[in-house]
Amino acid sequence: MADAALYARADNLFQRKKLMALALPAVIIAYLVYVFFAFDVPGLAERARLDNARTLVADMVSYKTHVSRDNRSGEVTVAIEGERKGEYAPGQEPDWVAMRGAAQVIDLGDGHVVTFLPENALSYDVPGFGLIEARVDGRDIVTNLGDNAPDWISVSRTRLNITTEAGRVSLTRNRTEVFRYFTGWELFFFTLDSPYHGHSVSEIFFGPQIDPARSNIVGAWQDFWHNAMWRHSDVAWALFETVLMAFLGTFGAAIVALPVAFIAAKNFAPLRSLRFVTRRVFDFLRGVDGLIWTILLSRALGPGPLTGSLAILLTDTGSFGKMFSEALENVDNKQIEGISSTGASTLQRYRFGVIPQVTPVLLSQVLYYFESNTRSATIIGAITGGGIGLLLTQAMITQKDWEEVTYYIVLVVLMVMAMDSLSGWLRKRLIQGDK
Amino acid sequence: MANLTESTAHSHPRDSYVAMIQRKRLYGGIMLAVFVLMLISGFMLADERNAGGFWAGLPQLLDFPADVVADASTKLHLLPAHLVKFFPALLETINIAAASTLIGALFAIILSLLSTRGLALWPRAIPLFRRVMDIMRAVPEIVIALVLIFILGGGPVPAMIAIAFHTAGALGKLFSEVNENADLKPVEGLHSVGATWFQRMWFGVVPQVSPNYFSYALLRFEINIRASAILGFVGAGGIGYELRNAMSWGKGKFDEAAAIFILLFLTIVIFDQLSGYVRQRLIHQEAH
Repeated sequence: MADAALYARADNLFQRKKLMALALPAVIIAYLVYVFFAFDVPGLAERARLDNARTLVADMVSYKTHVSRDNRSGEVTVAIEGERKGEYAPGQEPDWVAMRGAAQVIDLGDGHVVTFLPENALSYDVPGFGLIEARVDGRDIVTNLGDNAPDWISVSRTRLNITTEAGRVSLTRNRTEVFRYFTGWELFFFTLDSPYHGHSVSEIFFGPQIDPARSNIVGAWQDFWHNAMWRHSDVAWALFETVLMAFLGTFGAAIVALPVAFIAAKNFAPLRSLRFVTRRVFDFLRGVDGLIWTILLSRALGPGPLTGSLAILLTDTGSFGKMFSEALENVDNKQIEGISSTGASTLQRYRFGVIPQVTPVLLSQVLYYFESNTRSATIIGAITGGGIGLLLTQAMITQKDWEEVTYYIVLVVLMVMAMDSLSGWLRKRLIQGDK
Repeated sequence: MANLTESTAHSHPRDSYVAMIQRKRLYGGIMLAVFVLMLISGFMLADERNAGGFWAGLPQLLDFPADVVADASTKLHLLPAHLVKFFPALLETINIAAASTLIGALFAIILSLLSTRGLALWPRAIPLFRRVMDIMRAVPEIVIALVLIFILGGGPVPAMIAIAFHTAGALGKLFSEVNENADLKPVEGLHSVGATWFQRMWFGVVPQVSPNYFSYALLRFEINIRASAILGFVGAGGIGYELRNAMSWGKGKFDEAAAIFILLFLTIVIFDQLSGYVRQRLIHQEAH
């Protein structure tokens, strides 16, 4: 009889487990299917801009140098990424651009040669295709292509665009432009106006003095640090600002939360109502959340690192208050009794009976939050305008400096990982040191 | 001889103990002073770099909440309609969080099993998978979200992928800590009957650790709701996006913002309490 009941119970249990084993994956899959359609994933294929992805990836690892002629004045400039900061001084052009008076010969490599001819004409010798000739005639663009141009050439009355594997050529009434692509990040160390541009590391460290006014290492460092294109000093400052936000927010919150947590802990606060109110305050601070605190504070204090710090501080005061009060409720009473048996005052009881017990727990939580807040500070910085988050969004909005975006992303990841190891190392040291 | 031991027992250890305590206190005091100094100078620096100063801005701190409350109270009759209007957006935010937690957790389970000693399919690759998780954990969601918004356009999918990516790394680390405490006997038993790696994990490990997995995933879900609201604010759909639009209406039209604040606050509090309650119960269940 008892056996039968036992068997029945076991069977029942097995049945239930079997059902669970099937039902749980089924529910998950059903939910994912629902989400698939709720988020309109099928429609995503239409909206996705794969050309954007291509430019992004290409731009991440390469840069282009523009050779452009103003068709009105005939002035020719060679500039990296077409930026003023990357312009070659006249007479200093790279060796693949040959200035021959009124004509310029641009060697794109692999036999591709573009020649800027006088009277707003150009010729492009494409290996295996032939010579393309084009010129601006009055208001129109005239070419020798005829009607059946291949699909890598787009030609209209106002514009000619030739894209080959070696580069790109465009001709409009106002401008003649040639782009040549190179792998790498342009001018990462020195801009063109720096005397150290084009010198190798060993030349700078061990070679003869390059700039008569400064010693090599000092000069090179100054030019690198104040590189106008990559702004290394500003980026370093932004990273520091982000860490500062996390530091002030986390530790400020811990200092505020610690004394208040005593009021919210069952075994320290005699007043039930006070405890209740304090806990609701913690819940409120946490519930309003960093996003709303950020919006609220940036309205009053303006954008900047202080706004971010205080937003983190407010949210985390709620989190720490809750965690600290829970830790305080779990303290061992024996130590406190021992301390009070020596005639210690209330303050001394807390200082010597409670604090040493909870410090390891609290510190490890605070340090864990410090690391995770470095990440939050990046996000909050993007909203309030401070730190590396701001630089990141700014670089993304222009939608062309993807190499800078990549640089910032790498730095952010390295920063967070460094913070992770730092907090892990501190956690180990402080907690073991206390024991 | 007896005299000697007595004298050391009385004077020597006591002196050195007091000296040690004093030294410890001195170091502690210096550390604390340096720390407080860093904190104060940090706040002063942050204040200096802020667009508006702290003391100048402090009196205005309540202006915006007052505006919102004023707008909401003059249009109180519109509030229920607003709450209904923004509910789908809220649902989208919650869906982003739930889907990304789910997908992230699935990846985290695989990654964590692959990076736990004794369980890994390729023991040599353990450090590799650990580094992968470290990197996934370190990437802030906003970075991936913004890049994906550029490619995929605004909407919930970029946010979901971004949060799921981070979640996989964060949960993976926690899960692998859980795995390390799992009993290996069922795994060995399954191995002896010729079970594949997947079968060993699915039947030998997962049943042992699933309550802990669930508890961590729930905590992550709560964090992800906040994250998905924030990502909405930078253009990834959901309630955050609506909030940014409502904020741009300006003074006198903050009634919509008020409704969104209420929805967001209630959602976060409800899920916070709910997950706390469920996790509490899970822990107690285990204790039995």
